[in-house]
Amino acid sequence: MDAPHGDGKGVPLTTGVREDHLTALPAPVPPLGDRAQARTRMSSGMLHEAKAVWVVVRREGIRFSNDPLRVIVGVLQPVLFLFVLGSGLGSLVKFGPQLNLRTFLYPGAAAMSVLFTALFSAGSIVWDREFGFLREMLVAPISRTSIVVGKCLGGALVSSVQGVLMICISGLAGVPYNPALMATVLAELLLLALTVVSFGMVVAARIKQFQSFMAVTQMLVMPLFFLSGAMYPLSGLPAWLRALTRVDPLTYAVDPIRKAVFERLTNVPPRLKQQLVPGVTWNGWHVPLGLELGVVALMALAFITVAALEFRKTD
Amino acid sequence: MVVDDLAKDYGEVKAVRGVSFEVGTGETFGFLGPNGAGKTTTIGMLCTLVRPTAGRARVAGYDVSQRRADVRRSIGLVFQDPTLDNYLTAEQNLRFHAELYGVPRAAVRSRLGAVLELVGLADKGKSEVRTFSGGMKRRLEIARGLLHAPVVLFLDEPTIGLDPQTRRLIWDYIRSLKTTEGTTIFMTTHYMDEAEYCDRIGIIDKGQIVAMGTPEELKASVGKDRVQIQADNAPAAIAALKEHFALEAAVHEGSVAFSVANGGEFVPKLFAKFGELGLPVRSVAVSRPSLDDVFLSYTGTTIRDAEVSGPNEWMRRMATGRGFR
Repeated sequence: MDAPHGDGKGVPLTTGVREDHLTALPAPVPPLGDRAQARTRMSSGMLHEAKAVWVVVRREGIRFSNDPLRVIVGVLQPVLFLFVLGSGLGSLVKFGPQLNLRTFLYPGAAAMSVLFTALFSAGSIVWDREFGFLREMLVAPISRTSIVVGKCLGGALVSSVQGVLMICISGLAGVPYNPALMATVLAELLLLALTVVSFGMVVAARIKQFQSFMAVTQMLVMPLFFLSGAMYPLSGLPAWLRALTRVDPLTYAVDPIRKAVFERLTNVPPRLKQQLVPGVTWNGWHVPLGLELGVVALMALAFITVAALEFRKTD
Repeated sequence: MVVDDLAKDYGEVKAVRGVSFEVGTGETFGFLGPNGAGKTTTIGMLCTLVRPTAGRARVAGYDVSQRRADVRRSIGLVFQDPTLDNYLTAEQNLRFHAELYGVPRAAVRSRLGAVLELVGLADKGKSEVRTFSGGMKRRLEIARGLLHAPVVLFLDEPTIGLDPQTRRLIWDYIRSLKTTEGTTIFMTTHYMDEAEYCDRIGIIDKGQIVAMGTPEELKASVGKDRVQIQADNAPAAIAALKEHFALEAAVHEGSVAFSVANGGEFVPKLFAKFGELGLPVRSVAVSRPSLDDVFLSYTGTTIRDAEVSGPNEWMRRMATGRGFR
């Protein structure tokens, strides 16, 4: 190579290697316009951070839509659960002609579909770290909190696409297609997804490998799912199990969905409804719907805060 | 860029022990040193990724400890390891970057096309990055680093692990940056022939700057020419050099090597003396000092030795990366 540097005239780009379009010096890159003006616009703090959150959310969306297989796989497991397990066990458990076991299991299955997709979304940050892209975000002039919030919101939105699919097939489980019900279920699934993604982010902050992340979350998710009352009513349980279901945050997400579904089942006898959907009680006190959802929302907030603090520490 | 007594400790380990230097606007500054000398830590501190334990630094006029967001907005970073999203297209990667750095929307379109053009990827904008070769990815990273018109561009080993043709292309882009953008460039490299392109070079060893200057100045500072002789009896030749000329010689790559001022004038004297002593010399080579010699004389190791773990490490990561997919 010749003429190392600094003859003042600038070095002509005459490589002549391979590609033709490289032989000429490219046209000067247009400047950013008034740089100072751009900077004041950028430093209008909150707005820039909000934009950053939105960018991270959008990337999750693009990545998700590029990967239709993920949607199919995500819906397969709950469908199996609902129709195979639901129909199989249905021969053992008979509620009478008005109610099918599948209808009872539906809220649990919907929660399950969101659960897995949400964890996978949170896991993608471990993936990003492993393949370097996380650095691109960490070195950008945005706060770590924005990255975490963006990831959580993006993951939650993507997971609720799964929820939409579950709502689409709800008729097959004997759940009526009622617009108000569908909207309620979707909103509740979205809230659940947000909580699960933020929980996943807290775990992801400490884990450097995608495989370990999946192993750890699977280990945590199965007990959470089994203890949530997704598969059985919350009444008439042995004392130890009753206590555990009350501690499991997932209980507070599944119960509202089941309440919403059963409210719309007009031909189910009230006695059966009461028996199957007793609601959550604390020491005999009936926890109202708003508080249940409040518990879930509070957990989401707590997890996001912890995750943001954790990510502030990473280089 | 002004760096004043910047230091970083990791517990007991002093990674960087107070380095000071300045880099002028539009200058291309090469930062060299053996592995573990503190290069990456220093870059990390200048990019606000690592908090300094002591000392101060200003990049693009902003203090790296106090004005972190301003520093980050003013710099472009190209890391040694890839930091692209393989499942997005080249353009999507760039747009993501533009929005993170708050590039005004009106400027994005023209700017996007221009930086892709600059690195010769104009026709690849719509392709997913995972289909790119290693060289194309690196070029895209350089394009991305320039997208927000940074005042300073940091390049950490921009050409490591690439074939010579791609290396040359990347260097052409880097040099054309000076003319088109007037960007200040701060880079590390393992390749001495590339260091020649820098306006100035700083050599860091064991956490301290051991030499600084233009490539010419540094070569001149070593002063002496390198002489290599092929002798039948190497130990006797070394002993004779020590006894009669007070020169320290050593066997290096199969020949007796030593440094001496005015090598051309020294060789006839050497022949006369060795003839007297009856020590046959089969061949002789005199070379002007190269940057390799500069590096050797300041750090006690050749860059080649220092380089060994570099590319291998990188290749290993590439290999594991593929294994996953």
